[in-house]
Amino acid sequence: MSELWRLGAAELARMIAAKEASAREVTEAHLDRIAVLDDRVHAFITVTPELARATAGEVDARVARGERLHPLAGAPVAIKDILCTDGIRTTAASRILADYVPPYDCTVVERLRVAGLPIVGKANLDEFAMGSSTENSAFGPSLNPWDLTRVAGGSSGGSVAAVAAGMAPLGIGTDTGGSIRQPASLCGVVGVKPTYGRVSRYGIIAFASSLDQVGPIARSTEDAALLLGVFAGHDPMDATSIDDPVPDYRAALGEGIEGLRVGVIADWMGGDGLQPGVKARVREAIDALAAAGARVGEVSLPVFEYALSAYYLIAPAECSSNLARYDGVRQGHRAANATDVVDLNTRTRTEGFGDEVKRRIMLGTYALSVGYYDAYYGKAQQVRTLVIREFERAYADFDVLVGPTSPTTAFAVGEKTGDPLAMYLSDVYTIPTNLAGAAGISVPCGLSDDGLPVGLQVLGPPLSEPLLFRVAAAYERARGPAPDPPLWSAP
Amino acid sequence: MAIDKDQVRHVAKLARLAFTDDELDRFTSQLSRILEHADQVSALATEDVPPTAHAIPMTNVFRPDEVKPSLPQGKALGIGPEVEDGRFRVPRILEEA
Repeated sequence: MSELWRLGAAELARMIAAKEASAREVTEAHLDRIAVLDDRVHAFITVTPELARATAGEVDARVARGERLHPLAGAPVAIKDILCTDGIRTTAASRILADYVPPYDCTVVERLRVAGLPIVGKANLDEFAMGSSTENSAFGPSLNPWDLTRVAGGSSGGSVAAVAAGMAPLGIGTDTGGSIRQPASLCGVVGVKPTYGRVSRYGIIAFASSLDQVGPIARSTEDAALLLGVFAGHDPMDATSIDDPVPDYRAALGEGIEGLRVGVIADWMGGDGLQPGVKARVREAIDALAAAGARVGEVSLPVFEYALSAYYLIAPAECSSNLARYDGVRQGHRAANATDVVDLNTRTRTEGFGDEVKRRIMLGTYALSVGYYDAYYGKAQQVRTLVIREFERAYADFDVLVGPTSPTTAFAVGEKTGDPLAMYLSDVYTIPTNLAGAAGISVPCGLSDDGLPVGLQVLGPPLSEPLLFRVAAAYERARGPAPDPPLWSAP
Repeated sequence: MAIDKDQVRHVAKLARLAFTDDELDRFTSQLSRILEHADQVSALATEDVPPTAHAIPMTNVFRPDEVKPSLPQGKALGIGPEVEDGRFRVPRILEEA
């Protein structure tokens, strides 16, 4: 079996452009790897070999014609099954959309095709991206390539597990409250939550529209930076997309961090819920940033303690309104034997949604209902303003903020499914960034005492992605190569 | 602020969801715990703090009003669970007079 799956995306694309390998060979190597491993990892809901081969064939034809290609052309990508694909079923890991075949591509997928990135499959997720472990998927959980008895994290756990296991060098997820960064941390890969509006949401099945954002997943910062460059940028189909030019995200990677002001979020590093092994690795990573020339200080951001509470009012409120469209009339599942329209709506939704989605619809409906709106939703939106102000205060003194991505390493399958609140707490460090519409990245920073990966989170203000990539790349150089999961050696 | 079983039943009706009695009990206790945690927001003083609905300031996004090709009717209706004569079919809404 070909070993091409071991290589990074930029390296594969370079080889394809130099005719050292064909895009078709690269795609086949990853499809083979999926065929061998995915029974055990369950990263994918739908594998898409025909789609991948078609794109790879086009890339090879363009190479043969001597065309200039995108620096990732031919590098396979696993996309979260919440990105609509024309003619290919898109489930959002829900029974209600189990047979939904969209009539159009989302903008992100369109841009992947233009750049020549073969899509190898639609990756697993928590139903409608609601969860932190992929255990809420109607198709069963994705498992962690480091330890198949543990969760991959979520909600973009399938995309992340695919990248960590070598089934694709690149992945695409969505991050509404940490759904890219948390699984990236748990599986030991790089995950980026771009600024709200940096990437078009057109054709992304909606969860919480003021928070949802698409972002890249890769095994190196360079690959993640290049991938964001493929699909970032204004889109007339999404009125909330930012109309600013997209910088060359790779340009600043080598610049270093001499003199950069790095603020350590003291409330997180001193907090109770932080696993000691996570704390130790993050502390070492911060020391490495200081050794690379950063001016490291501490900052306290007490308002962040309330961010999780505000999020679990705002996100469910938006979810309850977004998911009202699944009524059994225009798309997806329709219940049989309904007596009238209300009965049709109720039976369809009761049969189609899983428990966590129902919980959030219920929470949101309650938080928006007469008599509770001001106390819950209104108040949470005010707290959102305070979170933004807290970030602004910190960025007066620091260029970036750092801390852990998640309080623990990957937990066991089933460990938190009975306690929704415990599950929510695994996103406690990622949520403030979503509320502020800002940017964040998680970079692997070693293994905890339990042998599982830990992520360093670097946060910056809106549109600070170039700076975040620069810090992450500088850290990677200081760290050296990250360890590979055990699945890397056992086929 | 805890939520009781009757309130859960009422919210379920608003959300067009049906629960068995056991599910109602489970949801009542889970939602109560989550709402107790969410209630922490009430501890923060927010007088005179404006609410944020959209984190990135953006007002009045305009574009030219141009006619462009859209999805053909057949393709758009193709995702419907039941379709008839170019329309989505639903159960009877009004009683016969």
